[in-house]
Amino acid sequence: MDTSNHPSDRINDAPITLDAPRLTRATPLLRAHGLFKRYGRIVAVEDVSLDVYPGEILGIVGESGSGKSSVLRLLNLEEMPDAGEYTLDLPDMRGVNLFTLDRFQRREVALFHIGIVYQNPHLGLRMRYTSSGNVAERLLVTGERKFATLRQAARDSLAASEFPLNRMDDPPRVLSGGMQQRVQLAKAIALQPRVLLLDEPTTGLDVSVQAAVLDTLKRLQRERQLALVIVSHDLGVIRALADRVMVMRDGRVIEAGLADQVLDDPQHAYTQQLVHAKL
Amino acid sequence: MTQLEALAKPREDYAFAFLDPFAKRELRRRMLKAIAIPGYQVPYASRELPIARGWGTGGLQVTLSLVGPDSIIKVIDQGADDSVNAANLRRFITRMSGAETTTDTLAATILQSRHRIPEEVMGEGQTLVLQVPDPEPLRAVQSDSSATHQMHADADYGQLWLVLYEQLVRYKQYLQGASYPSLVNKRYVISPSPIPRWDTPKLHQAAHLTLLSAGREKRLYAVPPYTDVYPLEFDDVPFQVEDQRGWEDRVTRVLNKFMNELPQADGSSQYEISDSGYAQKLTAHLRGETASIGATYYDDEGNFYKDGYLKPPVRPD
Repeated sequence: MDTSNHPSDRINDAPITLDAPRLTRATPLLRAHGLFKRYGRIVAVEDVSLDVYPGEILGIVGESGSGKSSVLRLLNLEEMPDAGEYTLDLPDMRGVNLFTLDRFQRREVALFHIGIVYQNPHLGLRMRYTSSGNVAERLLVTGERKFATLRQAARDSLAASEFPLNRMDDPPRVLSGGMQQRVQLAKAIALQPRVLLLDEPTTGLDVSVQAAVLDTLKRLQRERQLALVIVSHDLGVIRALADRVMVMRDGRVIEAGLADQVLDDPQHAYTQQLVHAKL
Repeated sequence: MTQLEALAKPREDYAFAFLDPFAKRELRRRMLKAIAIPGYQVPYASRELPIARGWGTGGLQVTLSLVGPDSIIKVIDQGADDSVNAANLRRFITRMSGAETTTDTLAATILQSRHRIPEEVMGEGQTLVLQVPDPEPLRAVQSDSSATHQMHADADYGQLWLVLYEQLVRYKQYLQGASYPSLVNKRYVISPSPIPRWDTPKLHQAAHLTLLSAGREKRLYAVPPYTDVYPLEFDDVPFQVEDQRGWEDRVTRVLNKFMNELPQADGSSQYEISDSGYAQKLTAHLRGETASIGATYYDDEGNFYKDGYLKPPVRPD
């Protein structure tokens, strides 16, 4: 029996205020609004809006061709949308629509604040260069010119992504798929970005390696309070990682909500189909 | 005399210095632009010449548009004045312009060179024309030329540093032997023709004008007099020139000049100075003839003439 709210029990007559949940108090770190992107006659992304809070993981699911990778490319500033706004809540960038920046400024923003891991390591890595060189490249591009510093930064970053350091000078082409993804991850976090984008990071890996890579991701995300966007068609991965889920089809968001809610009690007919096909 | 012959000018086989006036004007304009933006690659229309592309047509076009009847020409190929390529180019230039030729670095007004910069310090008023096979320093890391243009525009040279990083990780030293990428005027990275590392520092704050021209790639760029040129290096791993300490010229017993290695039948090696014009002057001096030997970029102890610019060579362990 709870009587604490009864007026007679109050001390000093002060009204009791409960803190609002953290996520509703915080401002989103990443905010994209009204994204449109068309390739010729094909509309790839249509009116997609999303917010990601610091320390939150947003999962984007959908079948192939649903526009989820296109959204990720827009968020990584690799491509420009036909319409839309994109802001990051970071010092001296508040309220700046990143799509209005010029190419050089966009490159700087993407370099310092956004990390990305691709499904295909060939997209993210130089296969013939050393793994440590792949990581050090991020620092070289920002103007770091001390060899010892580069070595140390590469070692730290690779250690953080749980890569075996005795292989740090092997080129990625001789590494296993899981290790290649770890190198990509180390490269993505080398400059300590606040936003990490993952495009099917564990697709094509066997289940045990997949679980190990997901563990690393989860730990990094918790330690560094990253805002993380993960794109996957594997609902198991999304269920294991994501706080919130967005379901996409034909370039549109058809359902969004908390991960448990969407995956356990899907409302939209397509989502129901997707969940049942998978589970 | 027919009416047509009366109207026409008397026939001449070639224009002065072979190239027509329009071609020369275009090239001069491109050179002025290249000098105004040190290290920037200026495209130009490379003309047909009676030598094949890849045999120094870029340098030759620059020389032909600079040469006058009073010019004194020196042509060098791998340090030598007497190789076939150098002799052919020299003969062609003098035949077409009436300019004098020399093998003396200090006497020449225009020096066209392949692969070397002379040992003697060049002065103001002299022009060094370097033949360039591949002007693009980013070619090895980016094969798409429109992408390299963008990288030059952004001064996005991180990938060149990455190549150096890889060399240090794998071999513990910088490996690039010739056309060592260098930053000009703190802005553009150039590929300074395939001159050895030994010659790259000579471009830094040089009194002479250096023009680099690639005929096949149709691009020229310049290092104007008194311009900063720094080879790419990490702060804690200095750039070094070739370690030729102890290599002694077999005739003059001179040390610390860039040497050609001559393998001997017994497995040993002898060495001779690569710069043949300089070597000639040294031997003439030994015979007691008068020869005006100038100051050299590297003194007999191997010290570079600009103090503090180069670190002494370290033998890798």
